[in-house]
Amino acid sequence: MGSDYAHRKWCHLRKVLERSGPFCRPDFEPSPNTLQFLSENCKLLVIGAGGLGCELLKDLALMGFGQIHLIDMDTIELSNLNRQFLFRQKDIGASKAEIAAKFINTRIPGCHVIPHFCKIQDKDEAFYRQFHIVISGLDSIVARRWINGMLISLLNYEDGELDQSSVIPMIDGGTEGFKGNARVILPGLTACIECTLDLYPPQVTYPLCTIANTPRLPEHCIEYVKVMQWPKENPFDCPIDGDDPQHINWIYEKSNERAVQFSIQGLTYRLVQGVVKNIIPAVASTNAVIAASCSTEVFKLATSCCSSLNNYMVLNDLDGIYTYTYEAEKKEDCLACSQIPREIQISNSTLKLKDLLAILCERVDLQMKNPGITANVNGKNKTLYMQTVASIEEKTRENLNRSLVELGLRNGSEIMVADSTTPNTVVMKLKFSTSTTDIDML
Amino acid sequence: MASPSPKSPEQSERTRKYDRQLRLWGDHGQAALEGAHVCLINATGLGTEILKSLVLPGIGAFTIIDSKKISDDDIGANFFLDSESVGKSRAEIATQVLLELNSDVRGDYVDEGPEQILSNSPDFFNNFTVVITTALPEKSLIRLSKILWDLDIPLIVCRSLGFIAYMRVQTREHTVIETHPDNETPDLRLDNPFETLKNHFDSINLDELDLKDHTHVPYVVILYKYLEKWISENGDVPKNYKEKQQLRDMIRSGIRKDEHNNPIDEENFEEAIKAVNTSVGRYEVPPSVMEVLNDDCCINLTAKSKPFWIIAKAVKDFMENDGSNSLPLKGAVPDMTADTEKYISLQQVYHKQAAADAEAVWRRTVHLLRQIGRPSDAITEKDVKLFCRHASNIYIQRGSCIADEYDPKTVDASEMTQSLENPESMMVYYVVLRGIEKFQVEYNSYPGEFDDHVEPDIVKLKACISKLLMEWGCGPLAKDDYVHEFCRYGGSELHSVSAFLGGLAAQETIKFITNQCKPIHNTFIYDAVTSNSASFFI
Repeated sequence: MGSDYAHRKWCHLRKVLERSGPFCRPDFEPSPNTLQFLSENCKLLVIGAGGLGCELLKDLALMGFGQIHLIDMDTIELSNLNRQFLFRQKDIGASKAEIAAKFINTRIPGCHVIPHFCKIQDKDEAFYRQFHIVISGLDSIVARRWINGMLISLLNYEDGELDQSSVIPMIDGGTEGFKGNARVILPGLTACIECTLDLYPPQVTYPLCTIANTPRLPEHCIEYVKVMQWPKENPFDCPIDGDDPQHINWIYEKSNERAVQFSIQGLTYRLVQGVVKNIIPAVASTNAVIAASCSTEVFKLATSCCSSLNNYMVLNDLDGIYTYTYEAEKKEDCLACSQIPREIQISNSTLKLKDLLAILCERVDLQMKNPGITANVNGKNKTLYMQTVASIEEKTRENLNRSLVELGLRNGSEIMVADSTTPNTVVMKLKFSTSTTDIDML
Repeated sequence: MASPSPKSPEQSERTRKYDRQLRLWGDHGQAALEGAHVCLINATGLGTEILKSLVLPGIGAFTIIDSKKISDDDIGANFFLDSESVGKSRAEIATQVLLELNSDVRGDYVDEGPEQILSNSPDFFNNFTVVITTALPEKSLIRLSKILWDLDIPLIVCRSLGFIAYMRVQTREHTVIETHPDNETPDLRLDNPFETLKNHFDSINLDELDLKDHTHVPYVVILYKYLEKWISENGDVPKNYKEKQQLRDMIRSGIRKDEHNNPIDEENFEEAIKAVNTSVGRYEVPPSVMEVLNDDCCINLTAKSKPFWIIAKAVKDFMENDGSNSLPLKGAVPDMTADTEKYISLQQVYHKQAAADAEAVWRRTVHLLRQIGRPSDAITEKDVKLFCRHASNIYIQRGSCIADEYDPKTVDASEMTQSLENPESMMVYYVVLRGIEKFQVEYNSYPGEFDDHVEPDIVKLKACISKLLMEWGCGPLAKDDYVHEFCRYGGSELHSVSAFLGGLAAQETIKFITNQCKPIHNTFIYDAVTSNSASFFI
């Protein structure tokens, strides 16, 4: 393929890159070099090779990008094929990242996609630092928060001033059914994932007493079998695997028995699957729209041809087509992107360590998953609790029932919190309310 | 007696493959999709993006009409053409490559231009479910729009130009039963409960319940008790904020107290207080539904009436005769704090009445079918039940013919004129796009298509737009910026812009096919520069 061919092939992109217009960014310089930059030098990382990821790869490759890394830990399943169009029946069981990369590299000569069949947590700072822009098409909030934290940890501050060249923009897309959103994040400069954590509704959970004593919905019956009956009867000598039809069948039959017992109607196999696997409905069209919006933003950032989305767009095409763009605001004391430790109000001096852990998990602006806490007590760093390492968990378990005061924490104490939602430990400052402090002094 | 638990149903491969979308439009939506045959005119990048999002979810069949041979620049904008196929038929290769996406789908192509087909075999379009066009020139569009208007087949016209995308749907009449509203208020009928519901409420005396039962009474019962009391004291339901607040206070005073006279935590009462805002008003049939029921098509049924109108008439007759001017009951009760027995018995009351209402509507439907000389199995009981469940959200959309928009004698320019008065309005893109179509007719190219013609084309495009605005009786455009910008694009198709509209157009197509959710009404514009969009009715 000669350059003449490439010249004709990209004639669409060349018009907007080699001509200026009234809506361009002021710093935009029309030039043939821009296209070359996209295809040879601009390094992108696409996270997730699922519904959004497949679309993103196609869109970015056809927007002239030639250097793309792709990371995904999943393998292909039958239920992916209604939207993840780079995969075929014969690919079921294979790595999403590898199959998707191979497909794009074959279909679009000149585009180089490098797959990484692993978790994002398996890669280090040096890996992430090489990219110009990171695009995430994830269905997991924890993973989103983690990559957000990673990009923030790559920022350089000199005398409190952010070194702009250390900023790696993150474009994030998300979909659910006929709804979706796309956003542009400039870490350290604009609202990050943690700044707007309250946009993600906490997962629906049913109170234990409802599912045990007063079930009303088929969902309550399914949850009962999942959280009470399965651990007790342990039918297959292993935890529930939502992808194992035998497991789903067992849960279906048991929850159906329970539904019949309580005269609860509407229990279906599909519902059982949905509840057990926490399935989010998905359709090709919404993924196409959101991925396209993300790709346009990548193109704008990489070429400066027009200003970026500032900075959040929502879509809903249930009733006509509705889109809305607005500026999500940066949080002054954001856990991830501010330099200020988050204050945690402690209203009761008898509060136990386990209660503090519960606060970290339940508050909508924290939503942690398995927090571990260390603190500097009397000049020494002490691990107060760590859930993720079994030996440390055992040693620190007894701290759970101790009060914060007993553990040596005081008003103003800083705690370091580690959690799977972030690659870095987060510093928080305990603020005992005045009345508590008074009692302390007595 | 507990029946033995049924064995898990065997899940077909098809069910498993489409699982994530079946949760959105159900098995009946999927069946409609699998029975549909769509036609795409011009397999541009935009065209194949639309088909991609229809082939993946399993549309029955597609046909591509395109006379073009694949060029180098097609490869740069279209994912469903490979670089080896330059020079071959665009219709043929696109069909082949799209079919690789889903073995359940059938596809074929005609490598003739739409102009030829429109001239030689206008009947060609008779059997499609929906027709979609991209980059279709004005003259063919006008002819096609007239043909499909007469055939009553939805037409979706799409364009992608630089950073701007445009979509227009044309349909004579589109009726929707399942609109999937985002927030549905429960249909509780507390102001005027039907007999079995009233009996159920009357059988419960809140004061006599022990504490455990008192904290487990469904909020619907609590709300009814206090509303009944309110009505007996005030003669009517609470109407304004103040009265509703008083009702809330009344309910709050019913919360039991502990030994220190502090109110105990009764979640069911809190739920009742919360529901005051939405659930204590006088029952009213939504005005949009009344409009459907009072429509000529509903009142004057003929032998050719669509099932939608026949069932709507049956519902109207039901309301006026057996339903005391209320729609058939929805029958769904939201989840609420309650013990199983109290909740289920309440649910049963609503459920049984809904079934009885649907049964009555079904009998009236059969009667109407007989009256207009149609077989009584023309509509199934299942259809009637579905209609009754969604009766408070039914929707009708009546469109306009695209050809009228292009004819100075029939065009209704009021929407354009009005929108253009607002300098922020995205209507300006519609105007420029129409100007470009005029330009194409006159000069047989896109403005700015050739590098050395950009400046002169700006002048020519401005002239085309002025002519159009004059026809509509509008003043000139406030700024030339948009004209410059479109000449910069020079007819280019940016893939990510096409992919954006492609996804949306596919979803609009699915709305027409499944009769679920409301389609756009009727013109949509997307600006990728600002990431904004707007809809207009033209």
